[in-house]
Amino acid sequence: MKRLAMKRLMTATALLMATTGLGSAEGVLQLYNWGNYTSPELLEKFKAETGITVTVTDYDSNDVALAKIEAGGHGFDLVVPSANYVTIFADKGLTVPLDLARLPSHANIAPEWKDVAWDPGRTNSIPWQWGSVGIAVDTAVYSGDINTSAVWLEVPDELKGKINVVPEMTDVISLATLYYGGEPCSEDLEVLKKVRDGLLAAKPNWIAMDYGATEKMSNKDWAASVNWNGSTMRIREALPTVAYGYPKEGYTLWMDSVMLLKDAQNVDEAYTFMEFILKPENAAMISNFAKYANGIAGSEPFMDPAMATAPEVVIPEEHKANGVFLPVCSEKAREYMTAIWTELQK
Amino acid sequence: MAERGFQVARLPGFATTAVIVFIALYLPIFTLVAYSFNASTSLAVWGGFSLDWYAKAWDNSQVKDATIRSLIIASFAAVISTTVATMAALGTTRRRAFKGQTFIYVMINQPLMVPEIVTAVALMIVFGLVKVWLTSIGMGSLTTGLGYLILAHSAFCIPFAYLPIRARLEGMDLTLETAAADLYATPWQTFRRVTLPLLAPGMIAGAMLAFVISLDDVVITEFVKSGGQDTLPTYMLGQMRRQLTPEINAVSTMLLGLTVVLLTAFFLLTRKKT
Amino acid sequence: MSPAEDDAIRASARNGWLLSTPALVILTLAAAGPLLIVVVYSFLSPGQHGNVVWDFSTDGWVGILWSKDIFTEEWALADAHLAIFWRSLWLSLMTTAFTFLVGFPTAWFIATRPAKERALWLFLITIPFWTNLLIRTYAINEVLRKEGLMNTVLLGLGITDTPIEVLYTQTAIFIGMTYVYLPLMVLPLFAAIDRFDMKLLEAGYDLYASRMQVLRRVILPIVKPGIIAGSILVFVPSLGAYVTPRVLGGGKQMMIGNFIELQFLQGKNWPLGAALSMLLLMIVMVALLVYVRYANKGSSHG
Repeated sequence: MKRLAMKRLMTATALLMATTGLGSAEGVLQLYNWGNYTSPELLEKFKAETGITVTVTDYDSNDVALAKIEAGGHGFDLVVPSANYVTIFADKGLTVPLDLARLPSHANIAPEWKDVAWDPGRTNSIPWQWGSVGIAVDTAVYSGDINTSAVWLEVPDELKGKINVVPEMTDVISLATLYYGGEPCSEDLEVLKKVRDGLLAAKPNWIAMDYGATEKMSNKDWAASVNWNGSTMRIREALPTVAYGYPKEGYTLWMDSVMLLKDAQNVDEAYTFMEFILKPENAAMISNFAKYANGIAGSEPFMDPAMATAPEVVIPEEHKANGVFLPVCSEKAREYMTAIWTELQK
Repeated sequence: MAERGFQVARLPGFATTAVIVFIALYLPIFTLVAYSFNASTSLAVWGGFSLDWYAKAWDNSQVKDATIRSLIIASFAAVISTTVATMAALGTTRRRAFKGQTFIYVMINQPLMVPEIVTAVALMIVFGLVKVWLTSIGMGSLTTGLGYLILAHSAFCIPFAYLPIRARLEGMDLTLETAAADLYATPWQTFRRVTLPLLAPGMIAGAMLAFVISLDDVVITEFVKSGGQDTLPTYMLGQMRRQLTPEINAVSTMLLGLTVVLLTAFFLLTRKKT
Repeated sequence: MSPAEDDAIRASARNGWLLSTPALVILTLAAAGPLLIVVVYSFLSPGQHGNVVWDFSTDGWVGILWSKDIFTEEWALADAHLAIFWRSLWLSLMTTAFTFLVGFPTAWFIATRPAKERALWLFLITIPFWTNLLIRTYAINEVLRKEGLMNTVLLGLGITDTPIEVLYTQTAIFIGMTYVYLPLMVLPLFAAIDRFDMKLLEAGYDLYASRMQVLRRVILPIVKPGIIAGSILVFVPSLGAYVTPRVLGGGKQMMIGNFIELQFLQGKNWPLGAALSMLLLMIVMVALLVYVRYANKGSSHG
């Protein structure tokens, strides 16, 4: 009798598998994106309009995404890397150039984001969101100057053992390089040595090198963190004493863009999705969720008004000049960065 | 000199330690379950009783997907591993020890000995290679699907299914089978109508253990999964790095509940009938 | 032996193999086989952006203990690696020792309950054992957090003024691993104590031994196989722990398991990751061999 139950279970699961398979005939899309970065409402709206179900898989770092995609057999269709990684993905043949004929709304891309150094003419990627990396600090714990990388590299007493550094290699090392007087992608061994020594000296004062500042700072597990701007705005909404610092030595600007993977199985659905998010009202939905600016012209009317005045989103005049867009580093520079990073992570 | 009130088996402080241990073991779990009913977002302050988080978890499509996927994989893995483990148990017990039997034994128990991270990394590499090769010979469609996860889970579930079945087999009374043979039953008939039914409780126990083990696996699944293939534990692992709302508590409690139910059934099944 | 008997024996062996084949196939494909590939990978060169290049190199193995200074290009002892190994070893040994200290009384307690109660106690200790590792780690995380149970109690009882921040430290990992692996120590201990003949205790007391002496010289030696089994069952998984240090360590307190993962992600050094995996496996095998040796030695006692 128990064997019969087993048989029934098998039949049921087989049917279940078959039906989930049927679901895919109606259109699915596998989106590989940063964690906490995709608006569920956007996906619902997309499904309502097109019948395509989007499944999002999270990653926390560009390197993880790259490693996963490179290993093969990943099953994703779209990936959303940062600017300097867009070039890496394209150069390694992991993604394919976009067929612009299938993306009539491509023209919606804002003029300043149309022709970028890391994707001339925007033939490989379309914008998702862009922002900066700075320092989120709970001013109730530390009331000093937060517009400097000294906060995390030469940690003040109030923040010792309470500040987190997000484990995002290129941003962290670039911030440190700028602090020690170099340029991002530096191959200057002198500067790099200072960077490495400085990072290693500062690390004991950090509480962690982890993600999740949005929740952990809201919960007061951490008092400060090197963090993305939109995440900091969300923290501030939960904990009003939190402020966002723009390091005057230099802070990094980034843009994440959507790319089509070479191994994509759902190419048609991918194009439908990309066309969808090139429309201003949908781009605004993406922004409103994670609180970052997007790169689509005409999306301002649809955006959350709080974002129009938020110091995290609209960079204050006095800090504008210090923002540095990360260039694509040479092989040698990348090797140095990876080596320093590996040492730091241990 | 022994006073009659002297209890031989009593050792000082042991009972106290034991009770403290039990409390310490269950307290965190109770706290976790309790806060899944917490109305407020905070994990420390009690804001009143609420089932909101369960509703949220239930609505969460990622949770639903992951749960279904976990159940499917566990079902297949349990069935597959129990079947091959039964065959292996039959092949390695109640017969003269043959050359290579130790090898088979080692192979079967090897997943118990190898650290999960090592297996996880090994599978990630190998499956990656296989998928790349399949794509290169034009069979790219075979690179997706739950097959890889089911294969991986079946493998590490085998020892868990094997041990109860083997234990049951070794404890079985041969006389019934001999009696069947005496009554002119063919070996196959004996197997089907005497051995198998007697073995059934062991098989069910093995299947349930395998199911629980597969359901709970985190490390191997985390490394082997590909696009959109989160199981419940890997989804929770991802969330734990970011989200700290009682929604995770709710999901954990549900998973915990399922495990307890299955375990109680297992215990009842394997209870020695007096 | 008659030819007929010989045939029967050979047929029996053949059947044994035949029946075991499906299990062996699955295990070769998805358990043992891949391990061999890992060995191969440990002798290759790291690729540009992860993965490997099929060039023979011993750098993977050398990299376990030595690393090239980025700037001077000199090979030097990798302090950071050693720190991770030491941390893993230390935490695993501490966890094993502590789980034994509290696990032994617990197992003794269960084994000395009246027979009717015993099944219930056993059931109670088994549930945490089978509960998802992730759930148990998360539960401890909740207890240890700044606003968690531990601090609430400590602050409430007035033992401390400010919350103790233990999360993201080695202590947190130690507490977490002890909590997670304790049932693994209790169950084998229970099995061994269960078989222990209480009359030996009576004999000991009749000979005017104190409780401590009885414990040390009668109970422990006889229960030794259980102690060894429990220790191995705790030491091996805690050495290769991945989930607990990841959730409780905040990315800073890496153990071997996390360090291995790093090589496959940002570390971009698959051969090193492969070599480290093999190293971990070898340490585990040694521990198991020690167990088998002691277990066999123990069984020769009368």
